[in-house]
Amino acid sequence: MQATTWQGPNTVKVQDVPEPRILNRHDAIVRITSTAICGSDLHLYDGYIPTMVKGDILGHEFMGEVVETGPDVRNVRPGDRVVVPFPIACGSCWSCRQGLFAACENTNANAWMAEKLFGHAPAGIYGYSHLTGGYPGGQAQFARVPFADVNPLKVPDGMTDEQVLFLSDILPTGYMGAEMCDIQPGDVVAVWGAGPVGQFAIASARMLGAEQIIAIDRFPYRLRMAKERAGADITINYEEQDVLETLRELTGGRGPDKVIEAVGMEAHSPRIEYAYDRAKQAMRIETDRPLALREAIMAVRNGGVVSVIGAFGGFIDKFPIGAVMNRGLTIRAGQCHVQRYMQPLLERIQAGDIDPTFVITHRMPLADAPKGYEIFKHKEDECVKVVLQP
Amino acid sequence: MAIGRTLSRGLGAFSLGLGVAQLVAPRRLLEATGFPTGRPAPLIVRAIGVREIGAAGGLLVQRWPVPFAWMRVAGDAMDIVLAGRGVRARGARRDRATAALGAIVAISAADLVTSVLVTREAPRQKDEGLGGRKPVRRSITINRTPDEVYAYWRNLDNLPRFMHHLEEVRDQGDGRSHWVAKGPAGTKASWDAEITEDRPGERIAWRAVPGSGIQNWGTVTFARAPGDRGTQVLVELVYEPPAGPIGVAAAKLFGEEPEQQTAGDLRRLKQVLETGEVIVSEAMAGGRTVRQRPARPLKPDEAASLPDVTGGNGHAFDDAPRADGTSAGQPLQATDAHPVGAG
Repeated sequence: MQATTWQGPNTVKVQDVPEPRILNRHDAIVRITSTAICGSDLHLYDGYIPTMVKGDILGHEFMGEVVETGPDVRNVRPGDRVVVPFPIACGSCWSCRQGLFAACENTNANAWMAEKLFGHAPAGIYGYSHLTGGYPGGQAQFARVPFADVNPLKVPDGMTDEQVLFLSDILPTGYMGAEMCDIQPGDVVAVWGAGPVGQFAIASARMLGAEQIIAIDRFPYRLRMAKERAGADITINYEEQDVLETLRELTGGRGPDKVIEAVGMEAHSPRIEYAYDRAKQAMRIETDRPLALREAIMAVRNGGVVSVIGAFGGFIDKFPIGAVMNRGLTIRAGQCHVQRYMQPLLERIQAGDIDPTFVITHRMPLADAPKGYEIFKHKEDECVKVVLQP
Repeated sequence: MAIGRTLSRGLGAFSLGLGVAQLVAPRRLLEATGFPTGRPAPLIVRAIGVREIGAAGGLLVQRWPVPFAWMRVAGDAMDIVLAGRGVRARGARRDRATAALGAIVAISAADLVTSVLVTREAPRQKDEGLGGRKPVRRSITINRTPDEVYAYWRNLDNLPRFMHHLEEVRDQGDGRSHWVAKGPAGTKASWDAEITEDRPGERIAWRAVPGSGIQNWGTVTFARAPGDRGTQVLVELVYEPPAGPIGVAAAKLFGEEPEQQTAGDLRRLKQVLETGEVIVSEAMAGGRTVRQRPARPLKPDEAASLPDVTGGNGHAFDDAPRADGTSAGQPLQATDAHPVGAG
């Protein structure tokens, strides 16, 4: 089958690879009908995530039709149309029972690796380095889905792929980012990052009743989308305005009540700090660039919530712990526990509360994935989200 | 108040600075201390610099740097001899060289005191007659009751299912058993073991029968985990591979990293008891830790060595009730799991 494989920094190739086979009794094989490139895939593409091996299949946002099931699978059968959540959950461990599916204790087949880096191992993930288990990803024609009884979401008749594809990752991630803020009536919410996840965080903050939503980015087309499609009230282009000053003015000196960091480890800034963090990263004495995170912490009001859904992988420098402690901030973070949100968000889509297709700007065949990665990385052609059809 | 260790760290820092200087500017050091600078003196000083940096590494990094502290003392003895010769050599500045010798003697005294202190302070290793080898200890929590986990472990047939270095364990009754372990290139090691303690639902202790050629003992305890979390399993193991022809193969087969081996075994035990099977991914299938395959589906020859799961019945534990009263196989989207921190 054809699949997008990682071949080194800035290099992906669509290659012929073997088709997946059942390896565990609870597996299913899915024939993929739609899949997408994620902002976090760019961290793999840019070479920032360790433990990648040439030939690894990428992709963790996918859906399609079940074509084969293992002997112990009862809840799905061949022919079912499903969306697959990106964290792999077993459904049986304590974390899964608590709803912390992205912290599943059993599915990271390389738990020892992740434990060394993170202290304990989080759940396995499709197509996201050997640190998360070394599972092949979903930018391919077929994929093996472990624990098929408990992970895939069945798609109701009458809905298109594009309407439900993003239930696999970015819509629940944006939603969890907003939910972690514990939005109260009257809240002003500021979102750093107007990429697809940021767009959905903004839309979710709107759904959860924020009074005012501010979107921060540097690409005018993304800020326009945030305002016109996602529901932001105000946009700030950080290359034209000073973010902290502008936020201070907009909120009468208080700072936004809740802030969402939807940027992650490859943050950019026009200020001198960018050169500092970039240099440290190049020398491998810092693995992530916390530019947006620092700014969000400094901006939020005293006692506010900093919700972190941008992808980070390692260690950061110059973290304003003094601001956090002295001003009583709450930091909430996490890889999204997607399984928890899929059904409720599907119902929201069906009710017309949100139409996730607004982020799609490019559609192309799987064979064009290398081009998709390039235009997504360089924000060419007003690219926001690339959907691939195998 | 581990003064000895604090002194070791200080001496380590000193070693590091001195070693770097000796490596980088040996002639200047020799001049400053009044020793002759002709060959082979700079080479000797550089070599000493390397030794100093090595000692520094151990002194600064190790939890209880006992061997490195004594290494400094040995180095000091050598330095005193060399410096003594240097003072009397031609081309030496007597006054400076003698002062340098005095400094070396003073530092040696400090090293000696430090070594004695840190040797006293370091915690004793548990010596079970196994050459002081430290036991591997590892713990995991499993979502099953202590009785269930005990019963699974006590059925020795189950051990190879999650202890991947074992090929077979045969229960011979009366607490005795015969073990066969896999080695590299198809080699095997086997020995007899006996259970020395067996408290159902609580604790099992075993050891290789004395004279069976391999030293090994272990204990596993099962304790209720707080709340509804199930069982806390604690394993303590020692493997002491014998010398001789079997020793080399055995040492490899017990793993260069016994901690990692045991951690992996316990993770697999948890997976089997909670989900019914051992989880594999394409990259590590076959138990690979290093040199993993790329994360892509397996080729037929790669998959040939894996068990074929597409036939037969599911494991009995699939349907067994769990410690928290739940059971397997319900779609997660339909469950009413507690949302974190909302509202």
